[in-house]
Amino acid sequence: MAIVREQRKRLLTKTQKKTHVTTKINGEDVEFLCEPHHSLLEVLRDVLRLTGAKEGCNNGNCGACTVLLNGSPVDSCLVLAVEAEGAEITTIEGLADAGHLHPLQQCFLEDAALQCGICTPGFLMTAKALLDKNPQPTEHEIRFQLAGNLCRCTGYDKIVRAVQHAAERLAENNAQSST
Amino acid sequence: MKSDAQSGDSAREYKVLGKRPIRHDGADKVTGRAIYGADFQITGLAHGKILRSPHPHAKILSIDTSEAEKLPGVLAVATREDLPDLADKIANLGEGAVNLAHLGRNVLAHEKALYKGHAVAAVAAVDAHTAREALNLIRVEYETLPTVTWVLDAMQEDAPLLHDDVYTDSMGQRGDKPSNVSTHIHFEKGNLEEGFAEAEVVIEREFKTASVHQGYIEPHVSTALWNADGHLTIWTSTQGSFTARQQTAELLQIPVSQVTVVPCEIGGGFGGKIAVYLEPVAALLSKKCGRPVKMTMDRDEVFEGTGPTPGSFVRIKLGAKKDGRLTAGEAWLAYDAGAFPDGMIGAGSMCVFSCYDLPHAIVDGYDVVLNKPKTQAYRAPGATQAAFACESVIDELAEQLNIDPIEFRLKNAAKEGTRRVDGPVYPRVGLIETLEAARSSDHWKSPLEGPHRGRGIASGYWFNIGLKSSAAANVNADGTVTLIEGSTDIGGTRTSVAMQLAETLGISAEEVHPQVGDTDSVGYTDVTGGSRVTFATGLAAYHAGLDILRQMKERAAILWECDAEKVTVEEGTFRADDKAISFQELASRLHETGGPVVGRATVDPAGPTNGFGTHIVDVEVDPDTAKVTILRYTAIQDAGKAIHPSYVEGQMQGGAVQGIGWALNEEYFFDDSGRMQNASFLDYRIPTCLDVPMIDTIIVEVPNPAHPYGVRGVGETPIVPPPAAIANAVYRATGVRMRELPMSPPRLWAEISRHESA
Repeated sequence: MAIVREQRKRLLTKTQKKTHVTTKINGEDVEFLCEPHHSLLEVLRDVLRLTGAKEGCNNGNCGACTVLLNGSPVDSCLVLAVEAEGAEITTIEGLADAGHLHPLQQCFLEDAALQCGICTPGFLMTAKALLDKNPQPTEHEIRFQLAGNLCRCTGYDKIVRAVQHAAERLAENNAQSST
Repeated sequence: MKSDAQSGDSAREYKVLGKRPIRHDGADKVTGRAIYGADFQITGLAHGKILRSPHPHAKILSIDTSEAEKLPGVLAVATREDLPDLADKIANLGEGAVNLAHLGRNVLAHEKALYKGHAVAAVAAVDAHTAREALNLIRVEYETLPTVTWVLDAMQEDAPLLHDDVYTDSMGQRGDKPSNVSTHIHFEKGNLEEGFAEAEVVIEREFKTASVHQGYIEPHVSTALWNADGHLTIWTSTQGSFTARQQTAELLQIPVSQVTVVPCEIGGGFGGKIAVYLEPVAALLSKKCGRPVKMTMDRDEVFEGTGPTPGSFVRIKLGAKKDGRLTAGEAWLAYDAGAFPDGMIGAGSMCVFSCYDLPHAIVDGYDVVLNKPKTQAYRAPGATQAAFACESVIDELAEQLNIDPIEFRLKNAAKEGTRRVDGPVYPRVGLIETLEAARSSDHWKSPLEGPHRGRGIASGYWFNIGLKSSAAANVNADGTVTLIEGSTDIGGTRTSVAMQLAETLGISAEEVHPQVGDTDSVGYTDVTGGSRVTFATGLAAYHAGLDILRQMKERAAILWECDAEKVTVEEGTFRADDKAISFQELASRLHETGGPVVGRATVDPAGPTNGFGTHIVDVEVDPDTAKVTILRYTAIQDAGKAIHPSYVEGQMQGGAVQGIGWALNEEYFFDDSGRMQNASFLDYRIPTCLDVPMIDTIIVEVPNPAHPYGVRGVGETPIVPPPAAIANAVYRATGVRMRELPMSPPRLWAEISRHESA
């Protein structure tokens, strides 16, 4: 496995002509240039300076780089930047609405669902995708959906509770706005 | 530190303490705006990568970097030639000391590579891809040597020898020839023979644990700028800015005043981000190329190049009378230190019997080097391995004597006045209270039904190290206070420290704005470790608050033209005779009464205090696969005074789940040649949220007499009980006593099969 990784690293360092990519990030049209081997995470962080997505492993195991690609959570370290052509991407920077925290963000704070905070952006994006599709998940559904995001600080208890509380709050907000 | 006028009292009503305000850095951390080490940017930034040894043990005959230097885009290359070769010198890093000669050789290998992943050379280039490509052009000639990765093997006379300058230090006596055993510790209390002669039941067992990693999600990262004026600035992810500064300055042989360390937000550490790895190397590269250099480890580098916790072998012998009173205990512990001496054996030896009042005991501990990365602290370093062994034997003794495991522990629990085997006598401690809370918990009182299920319990101990902290606080004209402290915030300590200042001043938590200063803007502060920040830096904030109150009384006295000694203050209101003024209003009048008010304090509380916990766990063991499922978990801990209960619970839950991972899954796999085989989060599997249930918590508050608000550190103790508690539960579920960690399905399945065929 280490040999494959070395070969890949070598392959990736060959200079290639850059590709022009047109995409939409957090509601804004964005264009960027990237090399074919660049991951979406690299472009977000190093080219576009959207450093909210974190690199914890760079091989899809930790989920700290999770963003939404056309509404689905993806490990942006495993997505090639060229694959973002024509896509809609939401990053942690796009979760709050005009300075108002999303209920998930608010509940993470109220429930102390973060300690060091490095995994938090990834958890929030995965949880957002979950609640968008399944507004009233069971505890098991939450744990199942979040199992691709690693947290080493919290033991997950307060994260799961924060997602439960956010689901309740979103339901209350929806009930209020529909009356 | 003497007990202050306000003695700890859990029944006392506080305005701020015990509440759950939103953390001050919260909005930044849920919006992605917080700047962690890897997020730091500066103009002209170059990127560095490290070449690591593919061999676990090899002489480095030559390093040829000429081809790498020719690659377009390469800016600088560094090897052992660039790092001063330091004579043995011990640097005290607060929580533990380090031999600088060894630290230097760990940062960049000198004559030998001592583990796979050992740093051998480094490159800075215009981007990380080019730096990586250049690594492939460095030619290193190795002469491979035999390897050893298990602690008992490394202690053998004929074991491959790692260092020719390490001699066994046995209680001050130096061995007569080089050895992999660097230290032998011996503690003794009472008369062991007499103690075992009194015993009516004696049990002796042996335990093994594998190396595990701290597993922080943020890889190590540092950016260094060696400026044209000779000043070195380092932006890094560290548990201790000042210790990072000290280590870097010592390794580079420059004065500490020439180095500024700016702590970025840190994505977890658990003890593994105290020693420097990248900082001095990035500095060397920056000096050579004249540009700032950022270095980030890949995940495999984190596993293979940074500190796991010791693999261990522990033998425990305990004797008790039929009434359940322990009479004697003997422990023999061998912990691996990784490639360089000074691992975690000291604390392990102190902690092994720390929960019990043993009249007669002997502890022997051995620190052993072998071909693994240098071990680093991991949350209560050394205590978990020891507790796994001791608490398993305690459980077995209780069972043989037909005594309830909580009652057995209560009969023998350490309390005020108990002398630990290594000498210290406990002040007021709360182990008994955690056991009583366990006994009356809903969890313990609820029956556990169903096949293949079992319940286990274990206690655990860790120190609250004191050490040095500084704090300064500026009073703003609007009545808020800006707090500058030096403890890097790994899990919400800005808030737990700020809350203590707020309580002292009689203002709200939100009215204090805490920030973590760099090494040029705050007084010396030791590492974020040893469960010390809320305790010791909180104490500094408390004293800074008293300093502000003293000065503001003087200001009130100026306003009122009275004697300052007549002014009193309570809950944010200053009074003298019939006059009263609020903190806020007085703050707005500082400029007319003499100018700004800055409170400051430094502390160095003498002697560590103590934290105890007890955990209860229910497990179910799959009879076909031997997979252990955690059904229910309750962690109980004496927090002294829980400043922010949510973050105390968070420490208990997080530590418990790390302990669950240690117990059930996590281990370094080595092949026969000593190469780690599972250096990724896929193959080194830490618990996911699908692997664990909710972790219930019960906070017990037995105030710490050494802190004005009764605070005890809570960060580390929660990782100590889980492996033993789970092993005890697995026994009740299967009839098998697991004495080796992790209790992974293959290992447990083999034991169950052996048990069933016996």
